[in-house]
Amino acid sequence: MLKLSHADYDALRAHGEETYPHECCGVLLGKNDADGNQVHKIVRAGNTRTDRAHDRYNIAPEELIRVQRQARGLGLDIVGFYHSHPDHPAQWSKTDFDEAHWVGCSYIITSVEHGKATLSNSFLLTGTGEEDKKFVDEQVQVVAGEAGSAKENV
Amino acid sequence: MKIHIPTPLRQYTKGQQTVTVGGTSITDALQDLTTNYPELRNHLYTGEGKLRSFVNIYLNDDDIRYLPEKEATKTGDDDELTIIPSIAGGN
Repeated sequence: MLKLSHADYDALRAHGEETYPHECCGVLLGKNDADGNQVHKIVRAGNTRTDRAHDRYNIAPEELIRVQRQARGLGLDIVGFYHSHPDHPAQWSKTDFDEAHWVGCSYIITSVEHGKATLSNSFLLTGTGEEDKKFVDEQVQVVAGEAGSAKENV
Repeated sequence: MKIHIPTPLRQYTKGQQTVTVGGTSITDALQDLTTNYPELRNHLYTGEGKLRSFVNIYLNDDDIRYLPEKEATKTGDDDELTIIPSIAGGN
């Protein structure tokens, strides 16, 4: 299960609306515990795929390193990522799968239809590595305030 | 020197997010890392021993692929290596 606050949930969906018709992307910082990944903070990232930003995204490694340093400073880990699918379902694609390498992390995908965020789904990348990785549907629990107390499932 | 380990690979470093290694070059440091944590090797390198295409390694703020001497670059105790798998996708 992925837990995140209403504020973060709304913010990552708003990001997808802002960048429409291009894909947005960002990083989920938090903690992993027995219940799954808990998001404490989201960090927006730039999409370097300006050649086809309508259906591709890429986060520059330099930016990822900065975010990882930020996480370390806050006592948090990178626990996942988010991106949008403009006018496309909130379902992982073959490209998403091929390019997913962070086993144990959550990948949130938000469908943005005609500029409006609709469904947001999360997929947990499981396995031990490239040979056996797979995406598993993951329940998203949106909570009031900090990602700590359960309130609402989506 | 220190090597920062990304979340998915920490299961192979006994949960450590940063490990300290010896040596005087990037090659030495990575060799030390995979000697101490042998399960990492398959996750960093292909069967032919090449760095996997989606694995980025930075010496401080520089991608080691673009350093003039690449992995032969000399390092000091205060340098830091960061391993960071790529993030990309799309519909």
